[in-house]
Amino acid sequence: MREISVREIEERIAEACGEIAVRYSPDLIKALQKGRTQETGFRSVTAMDILLQNAETAASQNIPICQDTGLVIVWLKIGSEVHFTDGLPSEAVNRGVARGYTECYLRASSVTDPLYERKNTKDNTPAVIYTEIVEGDQVEIEMMAKGFGSENKSALKMLTPADGEKGVKDFVLETIRNAGPNACPPFVVGVGIGGTFDSCAVNAKRALLRPVSESNSDPRYKKLEDDLLTEANQLGIGPLGFHGRTTALKVQVEYAPTHIAGLPVAVNMCCHVCRHARMVI
Amino acid sequence: MKKLQLPLSEAEREELKAGEPVLLSGIVYTARDAAHKRLFEMLDEGRELPFDLKDAVIYYVGPTPARPGQVIGSAGPTTSSRMDPYVPKMMENGMIGMIGKGRRSEKVKEAVVRHKGFYLVAAGGAGALLSHSIIKREPVAFEDLLSEAVTRITVKDFPCFVGIDCRGDDIYDLKEDDE
Repeated sequence: MREISVREIEERIAEACGEIAVRYSPDLIKALQKGRTQETGFRSVTAMDILLQNAETAASQNIPICQDTGLVIVWLKIGSEVHFTDGLPSEAVNRGVARGYTECYLRASSVTDPLYERKNTKDNTPAVIYTEIVEGDQVEIEMMAKGFGSENKSALKMLTPADGEKGVKDFVLETIRNAGPNACPPFVVGVGIGGTFDSCAVNAKRALLRPVSESNSDPRYKKLEDDLLTEANQLGIGPLGFHGRTTALKVQVEYAPTHIAGLPVAVNMCCHVCRHARMVI
Repeated sequence: MKKLQLPLSEAEREELKAGEPVLLSGIVYTARDAAHKRLFEMLDEGRELPFDLKDAVIYYVGPTPARPGQVIGSAGPTTSSRMDPYVPKMMENGMIGMIGKGRRSEKVKEAVVRHKGFYLVAAGGAGALLSHSIIKREPVAFEDLLSEAVTRITVKDFPCFVGIDCRGDDIYDLKEDDE
């Protein structure tokens, strides 16, 4: 057994919250720069220039890229040979989020009850936490700070097997079209295919954790990602919705086994501020 | 680039053209979802609002907290369409302009045309850059709403685009390079 203090999880989460709020990952910056070179219209060029200039300002002056610093989603992969000390990992995650959001001057965007009270929890907790037990003596932490302008434009549909690839493509593109200018394009689009109603949505979100420079390792799904990106960029929504070629930076697909009767598809829309981090303890 | 100093005269508002970039200066109020709900209830009950809506411009923003020495934290626009249901009545009561991002409903467009108002669009997800154009911020109401509180901000050369002009033309319906 390896003893790990959950305080280490708290520290790493707190630090990552501050970091991903102000800095795009290098793969996203590259994708934005590439998008900039493909634009020709006055407004679409200006839009990309603003986003790139904003990225530089945010990182150099430690100001969040976007004021919606998101809700935090955390995936913990816990080695079966790990013994935690000093409390529960889930409590440590929430302490880390509370500290990160308070100490780094990030926005508290979480409300207690969604329908009636809607009272701000003031420290951006609770985080959404998924745990998985894996082999080994390490803890892998993956986290995301998800903005809701794009989250609100996400959708799930229970297709049937007969709908096939065309059904999947039509639904993904329809969701992107519906997101339009409102969800802050250029987007990163997370797509979950298969599984159940719930796991399909989680896979769509997990897909957003992958760097935009990487594609699905299965060549069929890589082709699906590439085709969807090409078609998304033919929709003409463009940067900030000002028309142009860069509607999406990447489409990321994750799939899972499913029922003989089903073909669930979930599309988790993400704006260009696709913030995530991966840490191993 | 065209500079606008608030308040805008009717003639100045008529000159605005959907799609054109502008630099905005003057007094603006911040309010988003929760503040709109309260303001609307106050209007319904005939109570006095915490600020004068006459000629008011509202920026849909919930900024991050300011660090010591900063006027405001990251302060980009939130999605305007969530505030659509409130707009016709707010404009009837004097509001003249809005700043946000994304498409508006037909009813909002009609209200903008009827009152010769304007809807400006700022860059979504560029809150760090936009914060530099906000030079003063004072509390006005609903401080319990934290980032959603109503505040009075002074903007200087705040970069945005004309989203909907007083003829009802819409930046999102223009084609690329359509001028």
